[in-house]
Amino acid sequence: MPDSLSSQDYVIHARGLTKRFGAFAAVDGVDFDVAAGEAFGFLGPNGAGKTSTMRMIGTVSPVTAGTLTVFGLDPAHHGAQIRSRLGVVPQADTLDNELSVLENLLIYGRYFGLPWREARRRAGELLDFVQLTERSGDQVEPLSGGMKRRLVIARALINEPSLLLLDEPTTGLDPQARHLLWDRLYRLKQRGVTLCLTTHYMDEAEQLCDRLVVMDKAKIVAEGSPRQLIERYVTREVLELRFNREAGAGEATGEGVNLDSQLEGLADRIEHLPDRLLVYTADGDATAAAAFERGLRPASILVRRSSLEDVFLRLTGRSLVE
Amino acid sequence: MLALRLSAPAALTRPTRMVERNLLVYRRTFMVIFSGFFEPLFYLFSMGFGVGALVGAVQLENGSSVPYAVFVAPALLASSAMNGAIYETSNNFFYKLKYAKLYDAVIATPMSLSDVARGEILWALLRGSLYVIGFLAVIAVLGIGGLGLISSPLGILAFPAAMVVGFGFAGAGMAASTFVRKWQDFDILQLAIMPMFLFSGTFYPITAYPPALQVFVQCTPLYRGVHLIRALTTGTPDVWMVADVVYLVVMGLIGLAIVSKRLNRLLLA
Repeated sequence: MPDSLSSQDYVIHARGLTKRFGAFAAVDGVDFDVAAGEAFGFLGPNGAGKTSTMRMIGTVSPVTAGTLTVFGLDPAHHGAQIRSRLGVVPQADTLDNELSVLENLLIYGRYFGLPWREARRRAGELLDFVQLTERSGDQVEPLSGGMKRRLVIARALINEPSLLLLDEPTTGLDPQARHLLWDRLYRLKQRGVTLCLTTHYMDEAEQLCDRLVVMDKAKIVAEGSPRQLIERYVTREVLELRFNREAGAGEATGEGVNLDSQLEGLADRIEHLPDRLLVYTADGDATAAAAFERGLRPASILVRRSSLEDVFLRLTGRSLVE
Repeated sequence: MLALRLSAPAALTRPTRMVERNLLVYRRTFMVIFSGFFEPLFYLFSMGFGVGALVGAVQLENGSSVPYAVFVAPALLASSAMNGAIYETSNNFFYKLKYAKLYDAVIATPMSLSDVARGEILWALLRGSLYVIGFLAVIAVLGIGGLGLISSPLGILAFPAAMVVGFGFAGAGMAASTFVRKWQDFDILQLAIMPMFLFSGTFYPITAYPPALQVFVQCTPLYRGVHLIRALTTGTPDVWMVADVVYLVVMGLIGLAIVSKRLNRLLLA
């Protein structure tokens, strides 16, 4: 982290940031900075402390210990000022179900102190932006998950925020809805909006984040760009081996020790998942051929480039697949 | 570009945004509001005129006699202000707080929780004022008909007095709602409201009670509201009216303070 910049230069600046609920530490002394215009991600499993961190940044959860500034301001004393420049997409949709799609945007603009006329102008533009213009007069309840999510994003943009906080923006959405959302977030980034998001999807982090931190058990365990993390923590390629129980080779996990010894010297590292074996190696094809020569007969073989998920397995020793 | 106007009056204008939100909602379901208007009227016709025909005259605290309907009408007005305030700040508020998660979304904006609390109480008062105006209009019309339900020019002050009653109960009701965990808990609230409605000198003078019980009833908030409004509509003012106003305003303010504190605990964890 470059120390030449002061906390004023960052949109978000955190040192030793801690959140405790009684004796339980949800966030335990984390350090990070988010620069203007950056897309910054918190990657981690459920319960890692991502949401607690986001709530502190959003000034709706008091900091227990450590330093946190947002736009150079202290959330404890300048909450309203910070929130006026913030867009928040919470994990749960929290739309106003008693109001229509358009009214949700209008009243949110009013909460930010926009005049009605200005709120109406922006609401129209935003409905266009998230492709909900045709649903403008509809009630919120019957909208699909993807539409609700888009509406929440439109709502978060009504005050033209310079920082957008997104807590698991695409959890529970189908692939099409996710790609549409990613596209919209990417456009916002191009407009210079700073994005700060949490996710437990590797592909989302890879798609959207310039830089990310991996959180596990209330702490930051790694930090860097997706590419950097992959280079630092895993090999270039991964060989995935799947074994049939019926074929006599046994389950990957069941005879893991045996398989490990058979693969000895062929891999940098081996990860056991319930259904398959991940063999980390510089050259997947060569490793597969060598394994075959040693008599291994997996039911299926897949060679792929390593991903953030592999980084995560390496750092936390557990899979994020849910 | 930030077209925000966070100037000094923001603290005053922000609560009104909650009122705007509620107006947007009720714009579609305006009939719901009307139901609360008829309830006190039905009581007035049934008790005031029906039972009143059997009762005849009732003696006021200052010794003068008035027709039963004249005695009951101000009490129904006070009860109506109480019920309106309680209804809005109990079930409706609880739904928005616990189920709709409305305020979780609101506090992500520059609105604070005390803006929310003040705004919702303001809304409860505005909604209650519709009932009060409606009820006052009806008894005024009946008065023109020679029934004289408001027998003093002081009666004009019944409107602000009813607002004071509404404020007291809105603050207390909302404070109670922040402690509610499930819908059934509201039955306990009704257990406080119902006896107050029946026994606070609403339908008969509290001189019917033994002295100790009279003192107890005089300490309950609805009695203070009934006393205040009845003194105004029957033109029998006394110094206790100061106590009435102070009691109800303080009750509302304490309620509001509790609400802000409790909401902070519930929503800003």
